[in-house]
Amino acid sequence: MKKNRQNFANLGYSLIAILFSFLLVGIIMLIMGYDPLKAYSSLFEGAFGSSYAISLTLSKSVPLVFVGLAVGFALQGGLFNIGGEGQIYIGGFTAAIAGLSIPGFIPAWVALPLAILSGIAGGFLWGGAIGLIKAKLNINEVIVAIMMNYIAQTMTSFFVNGPFIAARSMTPQTEILPQKLQLPKIIPNTQLTTSLYIAIAMCALYGFVMKRTVFGFEVRAMGNNMHAAETGGVRVTRNTVLIMAFSGGLAAMAGIFEVFGTYGRFIDGFSSGIGFTGIAIAFIGQSTPLGIILASLLFGSLQAGAMQMSMMAGVSANIDKVIQGLVIVFIATPNIIRYMFKKRRQ
Amino acid sequence: MAVASFAVNMLMMTFRLAVPISLASIGVSISERSGVINLGIEGIMLLGALGGVVGSHLFGSAWMGILVALIVGAVIGFLYSLCVLKFEANQSVIGIGLNIISSGLTVVIVKFIWKKEGISGIVNQMATYSIPGLRTIPVVGAFFTDQSPFILLTFVIALVCSHILWKTKVGLRLQAIGENPRAAATAGIPVALYRTLAIVAGSCLAALGGAYLSVVHSNLFVNNMVAGRGFIAIAANILGGWNPLGSLLASLLFAFTQALRFQFSAVHVPDQISQMIPYVITLFVLMGVGRKARAPAKLGVLE
Repeated sequence: MKKNRQNFANLGYSLIAILFSFLLVGIIMLIMGYDPLKAYSSLFEGAFGSSYAISLTLSKSVPLVFVGLAVGFALQGGLFNIGGEGQIYIGGFTAAIAGLSIPGFIPAWVALPLAILSGIAGGFLWGGAIGLIKAKLNINEVIVAIMMNYIAQTMTSFFVNGPFIAARSMTPQTEILPQKLQLPKIIPNTQLTTSLYIAIAMCALYGFVMKRTVFGFEVRAMGNNMHAAETGGVRVTRNTVLIMAFSGGLAAMAGIFEVFGTYGRFIDGFSSGIGFTGIAIAFIGQSTPLGIILASLLFGSLQAGAMQMSMMAGVSANIDKVIQGLVIVFIATPNIIRYMFKKRRQ
Repeated sequence: MAVASFAVNMLMMTFRLAVPISLASIGVSISERSGVINLGIEGIMLLGALGGVVGSHLFGSAWMGILVALIVGAVIGFLYSLCVLKFEANQSVIGIGLNIISSGLTVVIVKFIWKKEGISGIVNQMATYSIPGLRTIPVVGAFFTDQSPFILLTFVIALVCSHILWKTKVGLRLQAIGENPRAAATAGIPVALYRTLAIVAGSCLAALGGAYLSVVHSNLFVNNMVAGRGFIAIAANILGGWNPLGSLLASLLFAFTQALRFQFSAVHVPDQISQMIPYVITLFVLMGVGRKARAPAKLGVLE
């Protein structure tokens, strides 16, 4: 009962934080002479106004769900995975190369899972390395992850600018994946692919592992109190590596399904910050599956509607990032909202 | 002679490339010595870069641009300290939020002022200076020939900050806060005030580094022109041992690896590899030093 009330309060804070962010950006637009009402109505139009718009929103939300789960899983275990960006690149690249090197005579139902699993393995190892360095050397995982992000980004960039660049291609990208390995579209002529179903399945799996398995229980125990968990017999060192590895595998899926769904190939720098947005998603969604889905839909719709907003209201499409960033700041600072309401009551 | 002038060119290019990273990195050192992590350095540099261009655009002088950038840095630093100190927010998350806000807000403001997406108009750039008497000295003369004052300024700032941290009461108190905030508070040190000042100073230095990119090194703002230098600065600070002079040296090392790729374009080191080097070095140094890393004991833990 108490926990329900706590969740309800958190949900309330989240909604107020989101509202504040929209309000603040609305005021900024007003000061700059743009029409915020027109901007927001066209934002809504661009995100939900047609079946195309909705499929765009959903397709932008899918990678956010994976990274949100990745960060959320680590957070539940008291660890901070800021390395999603790197894991996305490693996962996407490994899977793309696997997909391109599997001989054509192998049927898609073998080849596709194989390629996807190689990508997940890449993210698993890349994330696990952070966990290992944290567990064995006691170095802050945030700092290690920042280094690993840039190493992953520059390394994959090097590969697709040189050894793995597509023939006669001006842009740094791999060859296009065979059609049979590309994920089928749910709605033709949109970017929405069957990765949507995988995202939902992963949310269900995440919920099951956290609530119904011993490992999930151990993870939550570590998140509550690392020392108490260790005293209680949880193998903290081993689990730190495992949590970061699984988190890395989840983040990698965001990259893999962008490569196999949205783009059909690995393109240099394609993530452009999805890994960092995932941190916001996990925080807003309180690391719960439903919360992560809702937060992803919010940010997905912002990204999907930004273009329409820019066309109709004249403001730069990048204003969606200002809203996203403000939501992150307000959600991470619940005391601002508590403080404001306390002031009002007095 | 050719070899000597090549070496001088290489040196000057290293210095020029090192300025923005060094300034931000010294800022990171100061802030982290007080126990506060700021992952938003990248965003603050970007806002500083924009501030520089806007200031130069409005007032017609690059120096006014620098001033505007410093004000922007101070304001952002203050807001950041408000969030993490007064409202006890998670530092890493706020930093990331700040980066995302900055990457969007800068483009929005550029479009508002110049009606262009992602690139500003040309503004007045800072003039270079030459000192007639000193420019004829071999090798050292290059310092005094057609250079921006920022190279010397960066060295001075590093020395001054190092002096403050280790030789003054204020600096030693700041370090005490980073090592053990509770003990410092018990000893009567106003912890929150010191931390706020450290964050604001660090943020100003990062903004200055950003403004160097936009109005000293170039004469316009381009979308995402900081391009990861904020994170390189965080790495340089670690490699430099959370210490302004160390940060400067590490930044020079990183800048040198960048300069190599411009000077040895014939040998062809791929860009991505030379970009990767700072992060690989830092990661391995961290792993090598491990537990013995000289980080402030209570870094990122606010009590």
